[in-house]
Parts: sequence; structure tokens; C-alpha cells
Amino acid sequence: MTSTTNIMPPTNITPTTNVTSSTSSTSSTSTPPAAASFGRVAPADWSALVSAALLGTERRTPPVAMRPGQGSAAALLDAAAVSTVRRRAALRPAPAGERPAPAPADPRPPLPPAARRRLSLLLADRGGAGGSSRRGTAPDLTELLPQWLAAADGYGYRAPEALLPELLDAARARTDLRSAALALAGPRALWLARLNDAWKFALRGIGGPAGFPLGDDPEGVRQQWEEGLFAERVALLTALRRHDPPAGLALLATTWSTERAEDRLMFLDSLREDLSAADEPFLERALSDRSRNVRATAAEFLSTLPGSAFAARMAERAHTCIGPDRTSGTTRISVEAPHECDAAMQRDGVAPKPPSGRGERSWWLGQLVEATPLDSWRERFADRAPAAIVALPVADDWRTELHDAWCRAAVRQQSADWARALLGAPGAPPQAAEVSPAGSSRDLTKLLAVLPGDERARWVAEFIAAHGLSDAFRMLGVCAVPWAEPLGRAVVDALDIARDAGSYPWSFSGVMGLAERCLDPAAADRLDMLTAVTDEPEGASPGSGGYWSEAFQRLVGTLRLRATMRAELTPPPAAPVPAGESARRTP
Amino acid sequence: MNPQGERWTTDQVLALAPGEASRKAGGKLAAPEPWSETGADEAALWGQCKGSGKQPYRTVVDLNGPAFTCSCPSRKFPCKHALGLLLLWAGGGDRAVAAGEPASWAVEWLAGRRERAGRPAGAAPGGGAGSRAPAAPEAAERRAARRMQRIGAGAVELEQRLEDLLHSGLASAGRAGGGDSPPGGSGSAGGSWDETAARMVDAQAPGLAARVRELGSVVASGADWPARLLEECALLHLLDQAFLGLDRLPTPLAATVRSRVGLTTEAAELLTGPDAATVRDRWLVLAQQDSDDGKLLTRRIFLRGERTGRMALHLSFGGPHRPLDLALPPGLVLDADLAYYPGARPLRAALGERHAPAAPGPVPPGCGIDAALTAYGDALRDDPWLDSWPVVLTDVTPIPGRDGAGWQLADADGESALPLDPRCSGRASRWQLAAISGGAPVTVFGECGHRGFLPLTVWDPTPVSL
Repeated sequence: MTSTTNIMPPTNITPTTNVTSSTSSTSSTSTPPAAASFGRVAPADWSALVSAALLGTERRTPPVAMRPGQGSAAALLDAAAVSTVRRRAALRPAPAGERPAPAPADPRPPLPPAARRRLSLLLADRGGAGGSSRRGTAPDLTELLPQWLAAADGYGYRAPEALLPELLDAARARTDLRSAALALAGPRALWLARLNDAWKFALRGIGGPAGFPLGDDPEGVRQQWEEGLFAERVALLTALRRHDPPAGLALLATTWSTERAEDRLMFLDSLREDLSAADEPFLERALSDRSRNVRATAAEFLSTLPGSAFAARMAERAHTCIGPDRTSGTTRISVEAPHECDAAMQRDGVAPKPPSGRGERSWWLGQLVEATPLDSWRERFADRAPAAIVALPVADDWRTELHDAWCRAAVRQQSADWARALLGAPGAPPQAAEVSPAGSSRDLTKLLAVLPGDERARWVAEFIAAHGLSDAFRMLGVCAVPWAEPLGRAVVDALDIARDAGSYPWSFSGVMGLAERCLDPAAADRLDMLTAVTDEPEGASPGSGGYWSEAFQRLVGTLRLRATMRAELTPPPAAPVPAGESARRTP
Repeated sequence: MNPQGERWTTDQVLALAPGEASRKAGGKLAAPEPWSETGADEAALWGQCKGSGKQPYRTVVDLNGPAFTCSCPSRKFPCKHALGLLLLWAGGGDRAVAAGEPASWAVEWLAGRRERAGRPAGAAPGGGAGSRAPAAPEAAERRAARRMQRIGAGAVELEQRLEDLLHSGLASAGRAGGGDSPPGGSGSAGGSWDETAARMVDAQAPGLAARVRELGSVVASGADWPARLLEECALLHLLDQAFLGLDRLPTPLAATVRSRVGLTTEAAELLTGPDAATVRDRWLVLAQQDSDDGKLLTRRIFLRGERTGRMALHLSFGGPHRPLDLALPPGLVLDADLAYYPGARPLRAALGERHAPAAPGPVPPGCGIDAALTAYGDALRDDPWLDSWPVVLTDVTPIPGRDGAGWQLADADGESALPLDPRCSGRASRWQLAAISGGAPVTVFGECGHRGFLPLTVWDPTPVSL
């Protein structure tokens, strides 16, 4: 409970000063009837009453009139009661504080009612479910929020205002939701975030620098760049770079030499998305930067620009180390790793000191190959295609090292041809061991991500058909959602086989969870028959049949729910597609 | 499809949920999977929900009421199964909840309810009490007189306690450590507030006991606690004195004092007793708020009559074996009879006969901030113990608190404002209010009192509970 002083300073709530409202003045000038019937006490100043009450009537006689036979404490209570009711009855409004500027208008259409309620349910479930391995048959709503947000964003809807606080809280708690949640939440959420420190993150541009207001005024941009806080500057640079890459680079160049090393690294990193040959001179200069990390990043960027002088230098170095060797009749790859890491190599970003446990020559070689344009190998190996080059035998146990480096290069240069060649045929029996041999640091998932979507799904489907699910979790994670058909079927079949093998479903909880989120909802009907409790096969873990049935029920339930969610998100009525598109780009 | 009854919206269903956890749990069950033998007719829904046990739970919902029954052991009301079934149905699942004849296990309960509904409203629950009273009127009178005596004695004792406090000074109460006696130090300075509250319970004056317990929480709670403690002590003193002089008070004020002290009136008596006076109106549901103190679930439903303009507050209580019996989401209009509890400023009311199914209502008209404070001031003239009075505010703009300044609702003129009640520190509700407003004026319903304004519902323009 709070005193009336919260509403107005005491001077303004004394009844006598209140003459503006006829009704209130009635209630303030006439003694409230209830108080009147309990004895009339001359009005006393409230703060005098409080200090008398604090001290106690045994120490000070209160400034109140006493009725005959009444003690001073009772008289003080009488007076306080009258004063309290009077002051409460005569409350006047407080002066209004500064109003927030009105939130900018959001022209996007509101969600259809069913979708609005769905969002409310999805958000209400946030942060619920504990980490228990047995999850029952009910769908895990939290996991469905990201795809719901993406779908709603796709239609160009805006979030219901009443749900913005929950949406902001969700985005705050889960970075994976941020950009989709903030896009849906739109300008009003940013307006709210400016009023609440807990939502400052939304203004940092992490969710989408596209939302950063870029004025048409170059001088304003320049001033913001020079005077802004670090986070604002990163957002500004990212936004400008997206909008006009050369202008972004030029802006960065104006202050580059005076920035701190950590800041230079962050600013440099914001060039990553839109690298082009026009950036080469700047990156070349950055190879001489004082900071090792800046130098390394500049070298990495340059290696993705195949026509750059840097790439040519690297190719030259790599080609002197690696080449065809026909001495034994058949062509094989000979490897002569570099004997030193000279100053020029170091300037081009080659780290001289290997991590512990690695030989320095192979370490240098790996870096050279990784930064060498993959296309240059075709020429080096008599116009062979990538698959043919990969198939060549490699001399002196260099095969794993060399292929690992090519894998990294394929990822860095986004070369689908090389990724395909290095991945090989997914169904080949020793494939798992072959594509990821012992001692290799190869990341198949990253290679897969380089392949076009449908090819990727097909490759993973065949891999699962041949090798089962145990190594497939991360591969599934890079496949487009919903899973394209050969893949969905492969996963379901593999789960069915796993059940028949008699293990518990939670050995596959990762894949199950992915399947719930990623399988095409149309698969639900086919899966229905798997929800029945089957006879447990011989040697099966006890009770596994029931648990599998439960897991499949949850899978089917989740798929149906996703179908329902998708159906609820009908396209906005009568909104021509381009309008929706443009509305989406200007959140 | 339902031949006549319109299908509810999911919002309506969710508004029935007794809490966030229930909304969530109900939402999870709003899928066809766990359900079997579901069905609906124009006035009821039923279905079996697979739970953790062998037997599925049997859930029946009577849409007139609404009323719920379920074989699950939950003390939540409605339980998650009832919510899930309603959500499934409201979500448009004709496939999931098909029209049909009630299942055999649903028929009995529904028939019982429909039979009771045929009787005059209030007759069923009141029957027991009504038949007991005339059986032994003298004994009842003796009991009542004894209780009045006990309360009187309690009031005298409380007066002494308050005067002692004022005699030695509020500062000593602060030093004593907030009224809760430390271990070993109990009994000093006339005992703690909790002890005094317990004495008031013994004196059968729960209203006094609750106020005394409040005093304990005021002591040493924030900057100006002495002023607030003095206010509350003074109002408690006023109530004591009013009760001790009950004979000399006008009848309506005496009724207010009796109810404030904790003497209750039977709802059935109000609706069907010899002095029953009901008000029929189209009552717009302004807010429905639940609070749970761990033992008792209290649901407060605020209504306002379209014709009479009168505010009304319907209270219902739930507990472990006593589910809440009424759920009315804000925004509905109810053509029904209400009977106000007696008092100088009647607000609490009992719900009598309902003449038509509830239907969606309009955004209510309201007033400005001056008028809201005036309404509270007027109400205080009748009932000085009122902490607040329900009002609908129109065209007010929420101003979020910044730099130590509290939240406000600013009037359309932009100059005067009401502070938000600090009790609505439930961060979400304030920010929801701000989000819906977006810096523009909104219609808000809430309680306007000496602590400020406690917002309960905002219209966007559909009602959103805060």
C-alpha cells in the first residue's frame, strides 16, 4: 500500500485547495457522513498527525481535540481517520508526465484470429517442458515456435499488440528466435524496447540490421558513424553495406586506422556477407594490419575471391607443393610440404605455429591448400574434373591431410562440384569411414550444406538408408524443412527399423525431435499405423514397444498440429504479393 | 455443427482458464490425439481423454453456465481436460468433435444440471440453508447474538491494541521488527499483528482479522510506511467504533460495517429471500480476475449494467474440493438478474436467473480521469473503507515509468494523469497495456483508488485481460 502522496504532492490534495470539480468539492468540503457520525474533530494537518503517531502520545500530546472521556490515542486515531478519508475522497489527478511519442504505424495486416490464438498458445508454453527424456505424447510447442514465426513472417503479417511483450521476452531468451520474432513484432516492438531496458537487445540490430533506419542524408550517416556507440556503428555499417556495399566500405575506411583492434575485427567481419572483388584492395592492406586476428580474417576473405592476387599467390605456393606424379606408370598425387613459413606466407595469413600435436609442415600445407582456389587444380591435374582428382591416389600418407584441406576449401569457396566429389556416393558401404577417416577433422555437415537443397536431401536419404540414423543427426539438421520426400521416407523407415531392433526410442530422441519439426505434415497419415503398440521383438528392451508407440504418437500429433498451424496461417486477404513483400522488408 | 449455440472463440475458452499453467496444459490437450468418444450437441461437449492412467478421463462441459465435470483429480477448475476439449471444439474441429447424442456417461450429469436449471435460480444451493433457519429460529437468533457479542469483545480488544500502539508510538512498532515477533521475543509489546489477527479469528471477525494482518505487512515496508500504517490503523479504528455503535448507524451503513467486519449474507437469501430485490439488466463483463492465496482461489468478475450503468462485483471461491462455479470472459453481455449485497455503497452481487445465453458485447463507454477520481470520492462518502472503485476509463494513454517516475495513465487533455497502482508490478500486464496503446489513447477498465489505478482489462478493441 502506498500513501496518497503518490498521486499528488500533499499541498495539492488538501481539500481546501480543490475547487475545480464541483462533485469532488462537495465531497471534500462536507465531512464524509461516516466520519461525522463518529465525532467531529477539527481538521488537523496530516503530517503533524503522522509525527505525533510516530513519537507516541505518551511523549507528545497530539494536536487534536479530545472528547470528554477520550484518551489522546483514541482522539489521534479519530483525527487520522477523518483526515485519511478526506484526503482519499479529494484526490486530484497528478500532472501527466511526458508521453511517449506514438508508435510508428505498422501497415501489415493483422494475423487471422486462429493464428493469433495459436501464437498465444505457443508463447504461453515457452520455457515449460523440463529436460526429461520421457516426453509423453503431447507435442512440444516450444520447438514449433521458430517455424511458426518464419511462416507468419513469410506472409507479411504483424504480431498482435497484446502479445508483443511475450514475443520480446521470447526473443530475449532465445537468440535463435530473435530475427524472426522481431520481424513479426515490427516497429511497435522497437518502440516498446526503447521504453524498457530489458528489451534493449532488440535495438542492437542483432535481430536484423535491415531494420536500422538509414537516412538519405550521407552527412547524418557519417555523423552517426563517428559519434555512435559501438553497437550502433556495427548496425549502421551492416545496414549500409547491405544497401550499398562500396559505400559501406568507404565509410569504414574513413576511420579504419584509428579504430581499436577488437573493433576493427568486428567491423571487418560485417563485410563478410557481401564480399566482392571491389573489396580486394582494402583487404590486401588489411593483411599488414597490426592485429593478427584482423590479418587472418582478411586472408580468409581474400581466399574466397578467386580472382584476387592473394588467391594467385596461394595457388602458386600450393601448386609447387602438390602436383601429378607419373613416375610409377599411373598418375598419383605427389606432395612435398613446405619447408618453411616465410615472411611472405605469414603476411598472407599463414599461421606459422601449429597447434600442439600437429607437424608444422603439414599445418602450413593445409593452410595453403585451403586458401587456394579449387578451380586452379583442374589445370594442375591435366584438366581433370574434381571427382577424378579426388579419386587419384596420394603419395606418402598425405591423403587425409590433403582431402581435409580440400574439404575446408570447398566450404570456404562454396564449391558444390568439389563438395560433391569429396562426399562421394552416400550408399557405398565403407562410406562413413571413407568420408570421415580416423584422424580427420573433416566436417561432412558443412560440406553437405554446400550442395543444392534437393541434392543434399537425396544424399542424406541414401546415407540413412545405407548406414542408419546413428550418424545422421547433424546431417539432418542442415536439410531444408519440410524434408523433401526421399528423405522423409528414409527417416521414417529407419525409425521403424530401430524399433524392430528393440532399443528404446530415447536413443533416437534427437532424430525424433527433428522429425517432429521437419517431416512434411503429409507424412502423418502414413505414420499412423506405427503408433500402435507392437509385440516386442525377441531380445527387445522391456517395455520398449509402448515407449515407441508413445514416441510415434507424439510424432504424428506434432505433424498434425503443424498442419493445423499451417492451415490457420492463411495468406492475408486481398493483399497483392508485392505489397506483402515490400511490407516485409520494411519492418 | 451446433444447430443453435454459436461456437465459442478460443479466446473465450482461454479466458476460462484459472491460470497461465492451465492455459498451457489445456493448449497441449487441444489436439485430437488424446481424445476419443468426443461429441457435442447444442449445449454440451463431452469426450474421453487419455491420461497417464489406464482409464481415460471423462470430461463433460455444459455450455450453459458454463459448467464442467471431469473424472480427473485436478483441483483446477475448469481442469485442463475441459479446457483442452473446449479448445479443440472452438478451434473449429468439426472432425474432432462431431455433433451427436451425449455419451451414456455424460447423460447423467447433464440431465442433473438441466433439471436443476429448470428450477428457480438459486433454489438448489440455498435450499439447505433456507430450510434450516426456520427449523430453529430461536437457536439461530441466540447464535447470532452470541457472535455479535464475541465480535464486539474483539473490537474492544483491538481498540486497546491500537491505542497502545499510538500511545507508545508507531516508531516502536517499526523497531519491533515489522510486527512479526522474532523467535523467543514473542509476547513483547502486546504480541505481534499475527497474534492479534488470530484473536480476531477467535472473535469470529474475519474482516477485522484480515485488516490486522495487512497492518503487519505495512510496518517498515518502504519509505512512508508510518503514514500508511497510521491510515490503516485509523480506518481500522473507524471500523471498530462503527461496529461498537452499530445501533446508531443508518441501516445501509450498518450493513456495510457488518460485511466489512466479516458477517456474511447468504446469496440465496438475497435472490429468493423475503426481501429479495433483483436488478435485471444486460450486464457487460468488464473483467475476470483470479487470485490464489494457496488455500483459497478467489474469482472476481466485474460487471456493468447497460441500462442502469451500475457496477457489480461477483465473487466466487474455489478450493481443493470446491471448484469455482462461474466463468465469464470479459466482453460478454449477460441478460440476467443480479441481487446486490446490502450496504451503503452496494457493489458485490449474486447472480440470479440468466435470461439468455451470453453474447459478445461492445467496447464499453467510459469516463476521464477527473470523473474516475470523483467516482471514487463519491463512493468513499458512502463507504469510507473502500480502497478503490471500479471505473472504465476512455481515451487514456499509458505512460511507462522512466527514471524512477512511476507509470501513469494520462487523460485525453494530456495534462492530468492517474498513477498506476504499484501492485500491478506484474511487469507483463503493464507492458501489454503499453503495447496495445502504442502511445495512442485506449479504453481501460480497472479499479481507481487511493493507491492509483489498477488496470484489469484493456480493449484493442477486443477485450484483453491484464
